[in-house]
Amino acid sequence: MDVLNALVAITNFVIIPATAYGAQLALGALGVTLIYGILRFSNFAHGDSMAFGTMATVLVTWLLQSWGVSLGPMPTALLALPFGIAAAAGLLLATDRAVYRFYRRQKAAPVILVIVSMGVMFVYNGLTRFIIGVDDQSFDDGARFLISARDFRDWSGLDEGLSLRTTQALTIVTAVLVVAALFWFLNRTRTGKSMRAFSDNEDLALLSGINPERVVMVTWVLVAALATVAGTLYGLDKSFKPFTYFQLLLPIFAAAIVGGLGSPLGAIAGGFVIAFAEVTITYPLKKILGYLLPEALEPDGLVQLLTTEYKFAVSFVILIVVLLFRPTGLFKGKSV
Amino acid sequence: MTNAVRIPLFAGLIAVLIVGTGIVQGWNSALLILNMGLVSAIMALGVNLQWGFAGLFNVGVMGFVALGGLATVLISMPPVEAAWAAGGVGMMSALVLGALTITGAILAHARLPRRLRGWVALGIVVVGFVLYRMLFDPARDAIEAVDAASTGYLGGLGLPVVLAWPVGGLLAAGAAWLIGKTALGLRSDYLAIATLGIAEIIIAILKSEDWMTRGVKNVIGLPRPVPYEIDLQNDPAFVARAAEWGLDPVTASTLSVKIGYSALFTVVLVVILVLAQLALNSPWGRMMRAIRDNETAAEAMGKDVTRRHLQIFILGSAVCGIAGAMMTTLDGQLTPGTYQPLRYTFLIWVMVIVGGSGNNYGAALGGFLIWWLWVQVEPLGAALLGSITAGMPEGSALAAHLQDSVAHMRLLTMGVVLLVVLRFSPRGLVPEA
Repeated sequence: MDVLNALVAITNFVIIPATAYGAQLALGALGVTLIYGILRFSNFAHGDSMAFGTMATVLVTWLLQSWGVSLGPMPTALLALPFGIAAAAGLLLATDRAVYRFYRRQKAAPVILVIVSMGVMFVYNGLTRFIIGVDDQSFDDGARFLISARDFRDWSGLDEGLSLRTTQALTIVTAVLVVAALFWFLNRTRTGKSMRAFSDNEDLALLSGINPERVVMVTWVLVAALATVAGTLYGLDKSFKPFTYFQLLLPIFAAAIVGGLGSPLGAIAGGFVIAFAEVTITYPLKKILGYLLPEALEPDGLVQLLTTEYKFAVSFVILIVVLLFRPTGLFKGKSV
Repeated sequence: MTNAVRIPLFAGLIAVLIVGTGIVQGWNSALLILNMGLVSAIMALGVNLQWGFAGLFNVGVMGFVALGGLATVLISMPPVEAAWAAGGVGMMSALVLGALTITGAILAHARLPRRLRGWVALGIVVVGFVLYRMLFDPARDAIEAVDAASTGYLGGLGLPVVLAWPVGGLLAAGAAWLIGKTALGLRSDYLAIATLGIAEIIIAILKSEDWMTRGVKNVIGLPRPVPYEIDLQNDPAFVARAAEWGLDPVTASTLSVKIGYSALFTVVLVVILVLAQLALNSPWGRMMRAIRDNETAAEAMGKDVTRRHLQIFILGSAVCGIAGAMMTTLDGQLTPGTYQPLRYTFLIWVMVIVGGSGNNYGAALGGFLIWWLWVQVEPLGAALLGSITAGMPEGSALAAHLQDSVAHMRLLTMGVVLLVVLRFSPRGLVPEA
């Protein structure tokens, strides 16, 4: 029995990575849920919006790096983030003008809008590939570790190391700030309140003089900001590859639905549920059990419940279970 | 313009495109496009059954197509005797146990009293999973250890490859039944997300279950339903006939193999098209469209909407599975790493929407047209970018980047085509009725 080492190991390999990943998913799911609440369709182009915003951030980061600008220990990408958000907002607003607005005026069925978003997804995907290509791009700089495994071992005298990468800490801090700002905006400002009113009851909101086009515009800008922040944090934490952003669509949707589509709080909870489940189930637990169980019971295998290839299966199974037993999600979402 | 005019016109356009390709780029490329066009048309028919007839939004086409590919391996490859001896029994018992566990958990949940059922079902799943892994892991390791470089999997049944086509349809139908049972009857976008997920999982299984599919090591050299080029070239009668046509034996053999595939595929396409057309005009087809147009009214008329949806979801997926098996047969190999949702799911959707959802002829013709475009965008894009960059200074970085990016023109073009058709001709090139 060695509880301390086990605790450190589980923090290092499961809790920290899952928290960072959960924060990224939560930000992504917030974007999906906002669009669902205001515009009332599932946006299949969200993963590629994230990829586009991140790509813009990466390009500006490279530019800044070539000028020798840096933030010291922090990644330069933070300075580039506002530019990335602006680029993504421009793209999303232009898309809304050119594509979505037509169907909104027609009062098209939600499923038509989903198909339209599929077309938009193709275009964004093509744009991103056209500009930056399909390869892995690294744009991380600054200090790699806040706490490195060896320092921790020396300091604590334990066998297990604990490392906290700068990007992981940054992800968590940024996510908290962004979510706080978003909730302040939605609950305290006039525009935010009008957005919630519009989401709750469109007709009533229109009757009380809320301008729908303005609400939609603000929504797209918020979505662009959330998507770019989520994408950049994910890219810093792992790496930027356009195709992985498309694949993130599934866990992000799962998070939004598990939490309850249309509910911002649900999106955050859903993000963490999915992330923790995914990391725990695909992580080999042998090390942790080895510390906790007496030697005789120590497992032979890796005790990896599923290989990492199956991480999508985890979000999928959670999604199905929630859909079957609680179709509106953990936090009462909309069900249209 | 009525459909009686549109369909021949559209079909004529596609014939011109393919023959034009043959004249400009050679008959080999034209036949390649034709063969994949035939497969794409069948996939489009499958999606059209689901979307056009019933309004079901399936974005998991890739998964059903891949299951068809799996069927080709399981049916046509020769069995690997050594692997069966090493772990065949263990693997089969593990799979049976896994199936029993799931059935047991579902039955327990359905039959037991409310208070107990959750815990009992969970207990069955946990115990079953542990036992399953105890049987599965050693069997898998034993199988994968058998001559890993060339086999390392169980192989197939060694039956004629054409049999794999209906079996591929059955596999896809089974998966569709599972997913339909859970997700149909919920909101429409939930079905979309569920199918998106199941497709990713099927690909993950194909990629990582090496004992079944060799995973990313690929299964190559699948048996063919048509003769091999080399056999034709060694056949004096064939060489003599080729000479009569004024062709050298090598060209003649590659062309005749491809024509053989085209003939087989055309038969399948025609059969499925006729069946789909009969179904569309039958009382059953009218009921489907009635459900699609107004579920509440249809339900009030006593139609069991969820059951009918399940039925057509399974049928459509089975058609996609058949097409997937045909495609893998045409490729002669199963390469799980190459299944991409943009290519195998969303592109099929573009075909259906552009061709005309709800109209079988439209969907099938859309399959040909979009496939032709998908193949030709690259050379066309290269020519276009070549003319743009021609005016740029020698060695310009922008010019080089633009020329390198030609490969990515495809997705952009498909997206624009889809958006333009949806906006200006939402019923497609050949509208329903």
